[in-house]
Amino acid sequence: MAKMNMIQALNSAMDICMNRDPNVLVMGQDVGYFGGVFRCTAGLYQKYGAHRALDMPIAEGGIVATAIGMGVNGLRPVVEIQFADYIYPAVDQIVSELARLRHRSGGEFFAPVTIRAPCGGGIRGGQTHSQSPEAIFTHACGLKTVMPSNPYDAKGLLIAAIEDDDPVIFFEPKRIYNGPFDGDHLKPATGWASHPLGEVPEGYYTLELGKASIVKAGNAVTVISYGNMVHVAEAAIKASGLDAELIDLRTLLPLDTDCIEKSVQKTGRCVVIHEATRTSGFGAEIVSQIQEACFWHLKAPIGRVTGWDTPYPHAFEWEYFPSQARIIEALQRTLECE
Amino acid sequence: MMSSANKTIYQSKLFVPTASSRPETTPDFSHLKIPSPLASKRPQVLVDAADVTDLAYGLVRVLDDDHQAKGAWQPDLSPDKLRVGLRHMMHVRAYDRRMFNMQRQGKLSFYMKCTGEEAIAVAQGMALEDGDMLFPSYRQQGLLFVRKRPVVDMMCHCISNAKDNIKGRQMPVFYSWKEGNFFSLSGNLATQYSQAVGWAMASAYKGEKHIAVSWVGDGTTAAADVYHALVFASTYKAPVILNVVNNQWAISTPQTFANTGTTFAARSIGFSIVGIRVDGNDFLAVYAATQWAAERARKGGGATFIELYTYRTEGHSTSDNPDSYRGKNEAAYWPLGDPIERLKQHLICIDQWSEEQHLAQEKELKAAILADWKEAISHGSFAEGPHWPVETMFDDVFKDMPAHLRKQRDQVGA
Repeated sequence: MAKMNMIQALNSAMDICMNRDPNVLVMGQDVGYFGGVFRCTAGLYQKYGAHRALDMPIAEGGIVATAIGMGVNGLRPVVEIQFADYIYPAVDQIVSELARLRHRSGGEFFAPVTIRAPCGGGIRGGQTHSQSPEAIFTHACGLKTVMPSNPYDAKGLLIAAIEDDDPVIFFEPKRIYNGPFDGDHLKPATGWASHPLGEVPEGYYTLELGKASIVKAGNAVTVISYGNMVHVAEAAIKASGLDAELIDLRTLLPLDTDCIEKSVQKTGRCVVIHEATRTSGFGAEIVSQIQEACFWHLKAPIGRVTGWDTPYPHAFEWEYFPSQARIIEALQRTLECE
Repeated sequence: MMSSANKTIYQSKLFVPTASSRPETTPDFSHLKIPSPLASKRPQVLVDAADVTDLAYGLVRVLDDDHQAKGAWQPDLSPDKLRVGLRHMMHVRAYDRRMFNMQRQGKLSFYMKCTGEEAIAVAQGMALEDGDMLFPSYRQQGLLFVRKRPVVDMMCHCISNAKDNIKGRQMPVFYSWKEGNFFSLSGNLATQYSQAVGWAMASAYKGEKHIAVSWVGDGTTAAADVYHALVFASTYKAPVILNVVNNQWAISTPQTFANTGTTFAARSIGFSIVGIRVDGNDFLAVYAATQWAAERARKGGGATFIELYTYRTEGHSTSDNPDSYRGKNEAAYWPLGDPIERLKQHLICIDQWSEEQHLAQEKELKAAILADWKEAISHGSFAEGPHWPVETMFDDVFKDMPAHLRKQRDQVGA
């Protein structure tokens, strides 16, 4: 085991996959010689060469399209989109092509492409460096969508994603690249070294896609979250002193409905938390599925704490970013219902 | 704020391109310069793109107005091979006729002919190797004939019956045929163009000799994916042939809405990619240019951008009537003729074919297509089936079916 932050864990995952399989290559803007603006691909160019840590022109649509062609020709490309906010020029290639290729060709063709993209705010990035567009991809059939919340999960999930024969959209909450963040930006930052999930095996391991994890067991209320918000929720639960059960989804699609249903049937109460905008956000899907499966177990309306339905602001970042206070308030409101 | 009281009449200075003809005007192609086959030089294949920009503005031709093969681009094609090419083109035309008519009788939901453009897919297909990967658009059905896909299978796809290899997932003509290295068609135009470049990059990365070939139409050159393809192909010297089939019309939109006042082939110049403009109705010229580009790609010279200058003789698809947006019989004014007629006349001219043989072959192919159709519908019709079992709709969304899809499949009642 080694202490790793998320960047090192992701880097280790790609290193291991490239070492095991000559068909794996990483590609995108600044990923090669420079090692990525967040350093996730650092050293891969030096270790595997310019052909496998492939610097690319600034055209996300072209990067994803060429990755699809490579995938069809037997390679296993790992694309980095520099910021999730810049994934939109590639959406036609992702949604209309990558996602549906296996289906539209009757199973004749597929492209095992993994698309990594740093997402989320809390980094003073304003509206073009802070978005969480995961719901666009869960809404398109044929994509797996993953968002890890810690280094251990990040590495195991990324290796599983790269080895998966289906396309995977892999969102990395960049605020927690270097350490868990509980939502209080005034506190000094803490690194992953002191967090148990910053302990990461140096070698190969995978975590199955589509499996949630129970971060903290509890009986009073189920809290469902993923990415950045797992840590804010955990801190909010601790501060509130409530006996809440916290679920980290890890994979949004396929969704671990068994884990969710079991928990909500036990607690009868639920709050769903994500950083992305509220309307048509992934939380809406979770809430729908819970009411379909657990309606007769529910003791209170399901709560949602999300980013507001506005573009991500620069000056009012901490009013936008779902806070512990908003989560505690939602938990209390849910628990007030008899 | 919109206001019904606002009666401002603008004196617009906006330029809007015009068409070669509209129903109220007489078609006029007199501005086209049609050079003689002797006018085009054939450079050695590893030439520097900057040294042959004239190819992007010229028009590579082999067949002259008297049906003789002339000039530097004459390909090494035996009469036997020329007859094979003619047969494929005639086969495609017979197939198109039958399928179009079957659509009119309600047996297909949709169809697209390639009438007048048969030389492109057929000659290009014949100039390539079987291992080369094809990323076609929707009017290159000729490639499938060259690669010997059973016609019955193509028909079964078009009527989505139980023998459709893509399980009823796509509209007619959106073929996929992995065995023949023919990539699954998409309706989102140009997306396959940049994918072909990625396929070619992978071929180069693996040290293989196979090249990728892709096609878009004149209208589609306006799409961003075309520029992605050119930038990436140029940057990595990808072994790929990027074709623009300039058939003058994108449904009702004339090529003037995409050609930026010059040739499409000229677009390659800024990318340091060789651009060649070719008479797309000249089977020999299309073959020769494609063979040149394939050799260049295989030898590490990178991409070639070929504009195939042709004419869409009929409508875009079964869903439009060209008489409603272009001059009646515009095709009759088209100066570069018909590809089948031109190759036929060439073969007659060199004593390798006759009117009688031609008529007999036409009859034979028509009968063969009819027999194929009868066999295809014996496997199921679009309206009545049998189709693939309905629960197979849930297959292939993912490699292994996740729980939520299994649940939805059960709801379909299968």
